[in-house]
Amino acid sequence: MTTSSEDVLLSVSYVRFKKGDGTLYVMNQRLAWMLENRDTVAVSHKYADIKTQKISPAGKAKVQLQVVLHDGTCSTFHFVNPAGAEAQAKDRDQVKMLLQNLLPKFKRQIDEELEMKSKLLSLHPTLKHLYEDLVISKVINSEEYWNTPTLKTYTESNNIKQEAGVSGAFLADIQPQTDGCNGLKYNLTQDIIDAIFKTYPAVRKKHVDYVPNKMTEAEFWTKFFQSHYFHRDRIASSSSKDLFGECAKLDDQAIASAMKHTTLDLTVDLPQFTENIPLLPSEDEIAPEKEKGDNASIHRNMIKRFNQHSIMVLKASHKTNSSNNNNNSSSKTTNNNKVVENGVKESNGVAEKRTAEDSSTEAPDKKKRILEKIHYEDLEDKPGNEDAQELKLSKIERYLLGPSSQSQQTHTHTHNAPPLSALSSICQAWSSGQQCQRPVRVSASACVGALGELSPGGALMRHHQAASMAQLIPPDVKSELHRIYLSGGELLRELWRCFPQPGAATDTEDATAKAEKFYEALLRFRNVKLRPFEEKMLRELTPLATTLTRHMNQMIDTACAKYAVWQQRQAKLR
Amino acid sequence: MKLTVDGLLVYFPYDYIYPEQYAYMLELKRALDAKGHGLLEMPSGTGKTISLLSLIVAYMIQNPHHVRKLIYCSRTVPEIEKVLEELKNLIKYYEKSQGEKPSLTGVVLSSRKNLCIHPDVSREREGKLVDGKCHSLTASYIRERHESDNSVPICQFYEGFNREGKESMLPYGVYTMDDLKQYGADRNWCPYFLSRFAIIHAEIVVYSYHYLLDPKIAEVVSKEMNREAVVVFDEAHNIDNVCIDSLSVKVTRRTIDRSTMALQQLEKTVAHWLVSMRMSKVVPGNIRNAEHFLSFLKRFIEYLKTRLRIQHVVQESPAGFLKDVQARVCIERKPLRFCATRLSSLMKTLEIPDPSNFASLTLITHLATLVSTYTKGFTIIIEPFDDKTPTVSNPILHFSCMDSSIAMRPVFARFQSVIITSGTLSPLDMYPKILDFNPIIMSSFTMTLARPCILPMIVSKGSDQVAISSKYETREDVAVIRNYGQLLVEISASVPDGVVCFFTSYLYLESVVGAWYDQGVVASLQRHKLLFIETQDSAETSFALINYIKACESGRGAVLLSVARGKVSEGVDFDHHLGRAVLMFGIPYVFTQSRILKARLDYLRDQFQIRENDFLTFDAMRHAAQCVGRALRGKTDYGIMIFADKRFSRADKRTKLPRWIQEHLKDSLCNLSTEEAVQICKRWLRQMAQPFTREDQLGVSLLTLQQLQSEEQQEKIEKQVIQK
Repeated sequence: MTTSSEDVLLSVSYVRFKKGDGTLYVMNQRLAWMLENRDTVAVSHKYADIKTQKISPAGKAKVQLQVVLHDGTCSTFHFVNPAGAEAQAKDRDQVKMLLQNLLPKFKRQIDEELEMKSKLLSLHPTLKHLYEDLVISKVINSEEYWNTPTLKTYTESNNIKQEAGVSGAFLADIQPQTDGCNGLKYNLTQDIIDAIFKTYPAVRKKHVDYVPNKMTEAEFWTKFFQSHYFHRDRIASSSSKDLFGECAKLDDQAIASAMKHTTLDLTVDLPQFTENIPLLPSEDEIAPEKEKGDNASIHRNMIKRFNQHSIMVLKASHKTNSSNNNNNSSSKTTNNNKVVENGVKESNGVAEKRTAEDSSTEAPDKKKRILEKIHYEDLEDKPGNEDAQELKLSKIERYLLGPSSQSQQTHTHTHNAPPLSALSSICQAWSSGQQCQRPVRVSASACVGALGELSPGGALMRHHQAASMAQLIPPDVKSELHRIYLSGGELLRELWRCFPQPGAATDTEDATAKAEKFYEALLRFRNVKLRPFEEKMLRELTPLATTLTRHMNQMIDTACAKYAVWQQRQAKLR
Repeated sequence: MKLTVDGLLVYFPYDYIYPEQYAYMLELKRALDAKGHGLLEMPSGTGKTISLLSLIVAYMIQNPHHVRKLIYCSRTVPEIEKVLEELKNLIKYYEKSQGEKPSLTGVVLSSRKNLCIHPDVSREREGKLVDGKCHSLTASYIRERHESDNSVPICQFYEGFNREGKESMLPYGVYTMDDLKQYGADRNWCPYFLSRFAIIHAEIVVYSYHYLLDPKIAEVVSKEMNREAVVVFDEAHNIDNVCIDSLSVKVTRRTIDRSTMALQQLEKTVAHWLVSMRMSKVVPGNIRNAEHFLSFLKRFIEYLKTRLRIQHVVQESPAGFLKDVQARVCIERKPLRFCATRLSSLMKTLEIPDPSNFASLTLITHLATLVSTYTKGFTIIIEPFDDKTPTVSNPILHFSCMDSSIAMRPVFARFQSVIITSGTLSPLDMYPKILDFNPIIMSSFTMTLARPCILPMIVSKGSDQVAISSKYETREDVAVIRNYGQLLVEISASVPDGVVCFFTSYLYLESVVGAWYDQGVVASLQRHKLLFIETQDSAETSFALINYIKACESGRGAVLLSVARGKVSEGVDFDHHLGRAVLMFGIPYVFTQSRILKARLDYLRDQFQIRENDFLTFDAMRHAAQCVGRALRGKTDYGIMIFADKRFSRADKRTKLPRWIQEHLKDSLCNLSTEEAVQICKRWLRQMAQPFTREDQLGVSLLTLQQLQSEEQQEKIEKQVIQK
């Protein structure tokens, strides 16, 4: 790689990368680093590939700059100017400023696909795990990864993006850890901060107001954790010291206004439930009693906060949808009004108009709700039921499997579990005599029975002691195992998909090549991921180690065996 | 379908029928034939209302001389609207199959607030204000004044109705509140007064309990009702409480102060009137004695004031009270008795524009009238402070009715058939006792089911084997609260969509939520579902509820913590996914230390030979059943019902549950630990999740006309009706 064609905007020497000293070049198109006394570029990142840059905090001994790429890898540059820390920081800041200016320009050039992919990965932790396990560990390459069917469902059909909601317990999940000397440590991740902002707009506002100018990020969150706003069992202090005292009030206001603006469904409109006793002037409601002691009001306040929290969490996840709906409904209602206004015109005055409006906006909805409530679906015949023709099949296997050569089928049978066709024909035999009205329907209790037998502990699952396993293995191992299953499963599925369908034309060269690729990927996966895990388990969880991965191995073995058989047959055919 | 019930041709607006609906109609017909009263229990969601309506309407059409009127009373506004829609449905079916509308008029009566169409008045949200404003536009003297002075505002709708409406009858058909409003708007008639007028002639009247049970209101509204009427009280499980509330009065110091103020204002007005009247030399009779009457009232209020100045609790009988009044302020019984009517006629003469300012004074006169009218079945309790805050002086005089039969008696005496029905009336034999009547029929129907769609369970211990109970001694126990929490967490982890919990009281709910927050139960709950809690503010609760529904509908799932005897437990349905599981934490006994309750228990024991414990358990169990019954609103629905208290498994509690719950509460489900319950839930939910079609139901819990007419089925139904 040569740099001749490009302008070097800045070069900084004394930069260490992976224990080698060298020079960092900030160029037109890319960021490059060359080892001392060499003339080849060791590191070169196109700006378009760089997602962000990060710098080490001011107080740290090492002055570093890290660039994070879109594919998740990152490179860290250590500034080691012998002139001292200040010079190092100066070097670093120069680079940082320059990058800061340059990066946004290239941001726009990143093709949308990449952006979408990275967004996908950040939105779906499972996909990210999959990506890390399969691509970063180089089991398969990125292109193959994005072409797997799981990913395709995300990239293609998901044009209407559904945003992930906020977990109801995100505040509770911030578990404080004691650091041993009377202090508490809270772990905050970007996800949690996002969740907080999304759910509590008031906090976001505070954050915007305060953070860059009046206090640091860390101070802000410390204050947050100290406030009653976070600890619901504390009473709001009226002193202005508490940064978040206002937030609670803002929330109250927001909820109150929301309460005012939602028209309640008649089935839940409690104040309207009871008729006020007519004709008799009733005694005034006794004004809400004063807070009875601190204890009660703490609880009451807490209950209010819980309700608010749930409502806001719900709102946060509905935000995008609701804005659409609002538009629709508002246009609809105005429509309605017009119609009825015209209809009632013959009667005189403003009075009629108003009532008509009133009833027109409420009535249809209300009436619909009431009708819905009194409707007994099972008492009425469904209209249009008679029109539908029932499908009658004389040979169900043929319907389920399509026309296929018998020989091929038997061949696969020998190695694998009997496919659906066998099961259905058995079912058919059991329910003999019945006309095939509902071909493969089994009674509810039989289904549940079968499910039970297939669940851990059931007759068909005796040798898997999964139930006890769930209690025995620690959570971190569990999650690791889960990830292995996730990525392993993906590969297995891909491999199985490459084998020709029974009955389908067995032509494709593609399939062969693809199968080979995934077969190798699977083997790589076994070596790179599964084996190290097994070894680790042997060291840490001796009694369970082999059983943990037995099933996974079994699956891989089956797939490999199938592949081998298939290969043989392919060879014979040729 | 058209079916014959014991020789009566009944139009039933559906193609299929539940066996229990047929059985219900059979029983109902017996009561109508015998012109007697009845008590019928049938689970909610089995189409009780439509069975009632179709049979009675058919009966009315074919025996017009026996039954002339149907008065249908329900409790909440949504319930009333539902009844009307079902009635409409039925009439439509008649029209379709007969080619013409049956000559029946069905009309609803509701408060002004729900019926007013006046542009300014109807904008008010509070019923009291609507009443007041309406009064100030429609009172006779205001209208007179309008005659001479056009600038005095009146209500055009009232005028319109007054001019034309009283001659014409409503055309045949069913009128809901909205229909009435539209009808009124079209003709420029006031729907409220139209309805008040129409109920006298209409064949079917739907309104709320008060119009018939509260003697003060019944006198004005329902006086001219026909004797040959069938009265139906739907959702009647709490009917005794409604009776008692309608006859009880509570007087606080605030009431006294307000009525003193109102009295002063009245005095001023009277003086003013006398001056102006002297000019014209004509003084209405009412005014001549007004000063006398007002000073009389003043004495009475002063007397009450002195009675409130106490340090200890006083309890006495109305007779003792009257005697004391006589001795201390020389007021006799007779003038007291007419206090209420005197005041209202005086206010009319004085042309008080808005009587709602005089609410407290009116209340006092009601007290005077009641105390001098009824001597038996009432008690007067004066408490110097609230039990919860013994340090704050807050004297209250309770004039409390102890006998629910007092309000019911005129109804039973006046109408030929009174039907009391609800989803939860068990144990049935209690109602005839406390309402003091003699029912001809008394039946409880179960739900015929093609699959076990309710799963009642009694969880008596936590996973640590510690017994759980809301018994007073153990309810604050950390282990009990933790076990309740654990149960809820486990259930919410394994049950989809909505889960509803009921606590025994609001105070208990508050303290448990506090404890759960400390124990981390709330956090683990939030991990599975969103958490909503009923509060004492009903507007706030409504908002929480609507969000609860949103959460269930969006698939997030939610937990609602609520209170037995609260508004949610009485009026909100959690059908289908809105309530897949209902948990009852503890037995919802009333607050037994209340003096009013104690007085009532004593009275029940002395008068009706009902043991204290029997009544308390009866009351608690009907509320528990009411709570858990919220989950099931139909045969296609399914729900888990968990009774989390050790005491539920005792025979005296278990047998007081409605029959349709008891039938599914097998012995093996009566003493479970949390884990066992969760395991059973999981299994059951899997089974329920299987598709459920009409074919599965037909012949068992759903019948066609042919099936219904088959002999075998008829026998079965006969057997099902169990006479208690």
